[in-house]
Amino acid sequence: MKQRNKKSNQQLGVVIVGHVDHGKSSLIGRLLHDTDSLPAGKKEELEAICEKRGVPFEWSFLLDAFQAERDQAVTIDTTQIFFSTAARNYVIIDAPGHREFLKNMISGAAQADAAVLVVDATEGVQEQTRRHAYMLHLLGLQQICVVINKMDKVDYSAEVFSKVSKESVDYLKSIGLNAGHIIPISAREGDMLVERNTNMPWYKGKMLTEALDALELSSPAVALPLRFPVQDVYRFEEERVLVGRIETGTLNKGDTIFFSPTNEKAVVTAIKSWPEEKDSLKASAGESVGITLDDRIFVERGHLGSSEKNLPILSNVFRANIFWLSHTPLKVGNSYKIRYGTREARVTVQSIDNLIDTQDLERQEDASEVARNAVAEVTLRARDMLPIDAHDMNAKMGRIVIYEGYDVAGGGLINMEGYPDQRQSAEPKSENIYKVMHSVTPDMRAQRFGHYGGIFWFTGLSGSGKSTLAVAAEKEIFERSMNAYVLDGDNVRYGLNSDLGFSPEDRAENIRRVGEVSALQASSGVIVLSAFISPYQADRRKARAAAPSYFHEVYIKADLETCESRDPKGLYKKARSGDIKQFTGIDSPYEAPSNPDLVVDTEKNDIETCVKQIVDYIVENVGLGEIGEKEVAIENRVVSIKQR
Amino acid sequence: MSDNLAELEARSIYIIREAYARVNPMAMLWSIGKDSTAMLWLVRKAFFGRVPFPLVLLDTEQEMDEVYAFRDMLTKEWDLPVINHMCPPEEEMDQTLPPATRAAMRKTEGLKSLLLEYKFKGVVCGIRRDEQGLRAKERVFSPRSLDGAWDFKDQPAEFWDQYKTEVPDDCHVRIHPILHWTELDIWRYMKQENIPLCDLYFAKDGMRYRSLGEKNITKPVPSNASTIDEIITELETTNTSERDGRAMDKETEDSFEKLRSQGYM
Repeated sequence: MKQRNKKSNQQLGVVIVGHVDHGKSSLIGRLLHDTDSLPAGKKEELEAICEKRGVPFEWSFLLDAFQAERDQAVTIDTTQIFFSTAARNYVIIDAPGHREFLKNMISGAAQADAAVLVVDATEGVQEQTRRHAYMLHLLGLQQICVVINKMDKVDYSAEVFSKVSKESVDYLKSIGLNAGHIIPISAREGDMLVERNTNMPWYKGKMLTEALDALELSSPAVALPLRFPVQDVYRFEEERVLVGRIETGTLNKGDTIFFSPTNEKAVVTAIKSWPEEKDSLKASAGESVGITLDDRIFVERGHLGSSEKNLPILSNVFRANIFWLSHTPLKVGNSYKIRYGTREARVTVQSIDNLIDTQDLERQEDASEVARNAVAEVTLRARDMLPIDAHDMNAKMGRIVIYEGYDVAGGGLINMEGYPDQRQSAEPKSENIYKVMHSVTPDMRAQRFGHYGGIFWFTGLSGSGKSTLAVAAEKEIFERSMNAYVLDGDNVRYGLNSDLGFSPEDRAENIRRVGEVSALQASSGVIVLSAFISPYQADRRKARAAAPSYFHEVYIKADLETCESRDPKGLYKKARSGDIKQFTGIDSPYEAPSNPDLVVDTEKNDIETCVKQIVDYIVENVGLGEIGEKEVAIENRVVSIKQR
Repeated sequence: MSDNLAELEARSIYIIREAYARVNPMAMLWSIGKDSTAMLWLVRKAFFGRVPFPLVLLDTEQEMDEVYAFRDMLTKEWDLPVINHMCPPEEEMDQTLPPATRAAMRKTEGLKSLLLEYKFKGVVCGIRRDEQGLRAKERVFSPRSLDGAWDFKDQPAEFWDQYKTEVPDDCHVRIHPILHWTELDIWRYMKQENIPLCDLYFAKDGMRYRSLGEKNITKPVPSNASTIDEIITELETTNTSERDGRAMDKETEDSFEKLRSQGYM
C-alpha cells in the first residue's frame, strides 16, 4: 500500500451499505484498484479465479473471501479492508446486503464513522436500502453519502439519476438523516470514483473520493462530560488500581471523581503509565487508563465515574429504540441481560410502545412482541438503579446491547423522555430546605430514656415469623422499661403507604418510606422493630443508608417450604393458584441478606429462643455503654455510608 | 487522541482487560513473531508490567533456531509464564491435505490438545484483519466449539465494544486484541516502543523474513531492509502481500479457509 504515512494519522471508517446486488462489493473492489491500494498480483489472481470458475470478472471476489461467498456470489459476513486517498487513510467496511445477514451488517456498520449508501440506478430504493438506512439512523451514524450505481446501465441518464436520488433523499429525510452528497457512479466503469471520466458531463458535484475526503471524523468525545466506566480493579502489593477506558470527557490528576450508583467520591492521586516511570497528569476520551484514589471507597467493575457537576441520570426504568436480531421474538414480560459500558444489568420488558415498519415507517402501538430484524421502541425496567445517559446527551454511553443466553440478540439507543432522574429521591427535592439543628443530642435523649434509639430491620419470607417475633420482642423490651415500637408491613400499608401496590417499584418506594420513618423514630430515641419482607438487597441498602449508624439487619431465616407449610395468612395458597401475582418466593424473587447483622433461624429454634436471641442482641446494641458519633451520621450521609 | 498508534493501543488494551475480566481461565498464544510479541507488550502495558496468564508456544520443533533462542532470552529477561506445548506429529495429520497445509494442521491439533489439557475458556491470538481475506471477517471475540471449528457462516453480532464473552461448557473463545492493526502499524509501534524482536526479520545477504513460520513451510523474501526504519520504508512502498512467504495459504483457492474453519489461528 503506497504512501500510507504521508497524511493525517486519523483513519476514517466507512461502511458501504445497500440492497443486495446493488454493487457494494464491486464498488469497493474498484475503489481499491483505482486508488492503487491492491497488493501486486491481486487483480491477476482474481482474474484467474474467475476464469477457473467460468464467470465474468468480478471485483466482489476480492472481499468475498469465503468459498461459500464466491460460490453463491453473495457477501455473508462483514469484512474490512484498508485504502487511502491523497488526503487520508480509510478502513472500508463491507456489509452484507442480504436480509438474512442483518446482524453482520450491524456488526460492520457500528464500527464506522460514515456510511456510503449504494442504490442501483436501474432498481431504485429497495427493501434493504430502507432497512439499512434505518439501521444507520439507529446506530447513530450521521454522515452519509448516497451513490447511485450502475449509471452505465441507464445510459448515464441525468433524469434517471434525478428520479432515483429524489427517492433516496426523501426516505432518508423521513427518518431524520441527511445525505451529504448524492453521486452518480459506475463501479464497473470506474466513473466518479477516483476519475470523473467523460460519461456524465452534466454532473458537477464531488466525486466519491472527494466526498469522502470532505467527511469529518466523528465528533470528539472529549468535549462531553467525563464518563469513566470501571472495567476492573487490580490490586498490586500496596496499591489499588482502577482500570478502564475514558469513554467521554477528560480526567486530570487531582480531580474529584464521583461514582454512580454508589454516590461515593474520591480524589485521583495518579494516572498510571507503564513502562514510563512518570505518571500522566491528564487523560482523555478513548484512552485506556489505570488510576489510583486517595480513599479506599468501594468501587467495582460496572461503576461509572464522572465529575461531581455532571452526573449520569439514576433510574431503574428507561426507554430504548432497539433493533432485534434473535430468532426468538422479544416479548413483553421477558427478562434479558443488557450491557453498556462495563455494566451488566437484568431488565424486564415492561412494554413495546411502538413497533416500526422500516419500509413505510408505520407505527404499531402496544405490540406484544418484536420479531427478528424488526425495530421498536420499548420500555425496560431494571431491578437496581442504573447510571444512565440518554443517547442524545452522550452517544457513546447512551446505548445498550441486549443478550439472550450467551448471544447478542439486539441493541438500541437509550431515550429518557418522560422519565425523571431518580437520584433526586435520595436527596431533598426542594432547594429551600435547611436542617434544624437539634439542641437535644442523642446522648441527652439516651440519658433520659436509659437507652439509645436503633433500627432492627427484620427481613425474611412471608410466614418466616417476622411480625410474630417483632411483636413479642417489642413486649419484652417494653417490659424492661425501654421504648420500643413495631413498624409492620400490613399496618403501614393501611395508612402511610396506602397509595402503593406490589409492583417492584412500589415495593421499593414502600421500603424507602419505611426506612425514612424508622430513621426519624430512631433518632427520636425509639427502638424501632421494622418487620418487612423487603425482598431486594438494594432497597435494604437504601433503608440502611437513611440512618446507617442505627441500622441492624436481622435475617429471619426459614426456607420457602417451611413458610409455605405455615402459611398463616393463606397467601401462599392464593399465590400458587394465581390469585395473587408477584408474590415473594413464588413469582417474585427474595434476595437473602449476604451479610446480616443477626440471623434468627425460625426453622430450627422455637419462638421463645428466637425472642430471647433478638432481645439480647437489641439490649446489647442500644445500651448506654457505647456512645458513637450518631449526630454526624445523620447530618452527613455520604460520610457515614463510607464508614460502614 | 490525535495519534493513530495511541488509538490502536488503547483499543487493544481495552480488549485484553475485557478478556481478563470476563474469561477465565485463559492463555495467550505467543508464536515469538512480531505480532504476538507486540501483543505481549500490550498485555504488559494493560497490567502495568505483569503478565497474569500463561503464554503458550504451540511447538512443532520446526521453529527456526533463532526463534527458540529469542524466546528463551525474553522469557528470562521479562520473567514470563510460558507453556511450551508439543504439537502431535505430522504422521497423525489428514494425509489427503496438501503438504504445507498438513504441516500447518499440526498447530491446529496442538491447540486442541492444549485446550483439552488445560481447560482454557479463552485463547488470545495475534491475528490481524489485513493479513488475509478470511481473517478480515473475524470478530474480536470469536466463539469456537471444542474441536476449534469456526462457524463463519453464523458469527455472533458484535458492536459497540460488547462482546460474546460467555460460551457453553465445551466451547472456548478466541480473543483477537490486534485484529484492527495493519502490518505497518505493528512495525511503527515496535519502533515507538522499542520492543525487542527476533533477528530474522532484518535482512541478511539480501533476504529477510517478513512473516515467521516453521522452517519447513516459510521462506525469506528478497529485501535489503536491515533496520526497523528501513522495514517501514519498504512496507510503505511494497505491493506484495505479507504472507507471500507462507506456502499453506495458496495451495488451493480455499486451503486457508479449510485450515481456519477447522480451528487454525
